[in-house]
Amino acid sequence: MRFWKAWIVTTKDFSVFRKNKYIFYSILAMPLMFGLILPIAMLFILPPDIPAEAVTLILSVLNMYFAIMASVLPTVIASYSFVGEKVEKSLEPLLATPTTDGELLFGKSLAAFLPCMLATYIGAAAYVVVADAWSYMTLGVFLLPNLNWIIIVGLVAPLACILSVEANVIVSSRVSDVRAAQQLGSLIVLPIILILLLGSTIELMPADTLALILSGAMAIAVVALFFVSKATFQREEILTKWK
Amino acid sequence: MIETENLTRKFGELTAVEDLTLKVDDGEVFGFLGPNAAGKTTTIRMLCCLIAKTSGTARIGDLSVDSPQDCLEIRKMVGLLPENVGLYDSLSAIKNLDFYGKLYEVPPQKREDNIKHLLSLLGIWERRNDLVGTFSKGTKQKIAIARALIHDPKLLFLDEPTANLDPEASKTVRDFILELKREKRTIFINTHNLDEAERLCDRIGILKTRLLTIGAPGSLARGLQARKTVVHLQQANDHALAAVQKLGAVKNARIVDNKLLLDVDDPERDNPEIVRTLVAAGANVQFVTELRSTLEDVYLKMIRENDAK
Repeated sequence: MRFWKAWIVTTKDFSVFRKNKYIFYSILAMPLMFGLILPIAMLFILPPDIPAEAVTLILSVLNMYFAIMASVLPTVIASYSFVGEKVEKSLEPLLATPTTDGELLFGKSLAAFLPCMLATYIGAAAYVVVADAWSYMTLGVFLLPNLNWIIIVGLVAPLACILSVEANVIVSSRVSDVRAAQQLGSLIVLPIILILLLGSTIELMPADTLALILSGAMAIAVVALFFVSKATFQREEILTKWK
Repeated sequence: MIETENLTRKFGELTAVEDLTLKVDDGEVFGFLGPNAAGKTTTIRMLCCLIAKTSGTARIGDLSVDSPQDCLEIRKMVGLLPENVGLYDSLSAIKNLDFYGKLYEVPPQKREDNIKHLLSLLGIWERRNDLVGTFSKGTKQKIAIARALIHDPKLLFLDEPTANLDPEASKTVRDFILELKREKRTIFINTHNLDEAERLCDRIGILKTRLLTIGAPGSLARGLQARKTVVHLQQANDHALAAVQKLGAVKNARIVDNKLLLDVDDPERDNPEIVRTLVAAGANVQFVTELRSTLEDVYLKMIRENDAK
């Protein structure tokens, strides 16, 4: 694997994304929504005498939104990255270059992964500022970043993002337009979102433990889907079987 | 440069290319003619290491399409113009070419020089920073050709290079291919366009899953039927016809529209005697021409014969 080759593909995709307003606004909207609007709406209406346990629960739910965001954003970007090439019929000349399937797949996956994680981290940072502003004004302490935030933002979110990118590679091989890829991609990440949401709202175990268990499960799923997406992204498959 | 032996590709039950044995020399322009779904694109894809063969062998120079390592080298030395241009509409012409130049590992300065040279040669240097999406089909095709040449490949595969282009754009592309031919590049062209094949190619193969025939355009046409001599007379009549029918060189003779249509083996050798005989028989010869089969005749005959089987 020559990473510099993969990076050429990644930077090309960045140039294409920059010209696409839909992608640009989607990436802008998500951190705004999860990093600013949602925390402000949820935290600043809370009564000042709210119990500490309730605050911890609310923060762990808000933390989990960033894992959800990291799994939703790739459905927008990855669909353009993979299906966009199909729509523009640019896969054949790309595959004719002296680049391996792995380099192309890695480069394109990175192009979907990096902006999604950047947006997630910007949102998560904004959320820390909002949450700490609220907690300092109300409780006189800074509550974030806590361990749960670190596990979710540092571990669960990237894994959710990779899982979503891999799922979108597989989806891209079966559809021929971007919208269909986005719809199918959203359906595929739905179970991830449900698990994340249920995990954060149902108190089966401490939030940090749950986040670690989720990370482990996701890591296994990431490895399993890696092999499926790698098998899907083969020159032969792309040129003869991709619809 | 290209050598295949019994090259075959099957997709499930369907055989796309069967037992293709072919040799294309360095500097040769070789054309593949055939109807849709004849296996032309599949052949190019196998030779460019884009899809695997089912059986047989194929080599590009000393490299085999079977070896993954050789395949990377093959992709470095060949340029491909696919049937669909496949450019990035939201990027400029220069960014499209620069991207491919990087993937083909062309050093920065050479990349810059090649892009300038190719875009200038194709007359689109002034529009280098315009988005490809704003270009006409013909201009996009030119950029796609420039992309195929960005790494200065020894071997060029062109899949339907003038399909869907207007006559002016087709001519520009054809002229450019002729320019590449003068540079002694090896070019492999897939086309439906018989006239284009005849003008550009040193040799032509007619493919319909199997290779039906192969040869230089002129020899293919000559091989189709006995050569015919047409003698235009002031007044064609039975007396003149009877005179030429006595000649051993004339296999068959008939009158068509005041002309004598004669089947002869060797017009260069036999025509002077035919003219002398006719003059001696009192005929007034206006002029003598040769009736040749066209590449179209050869193509249609081969395809129909194959379909009949």
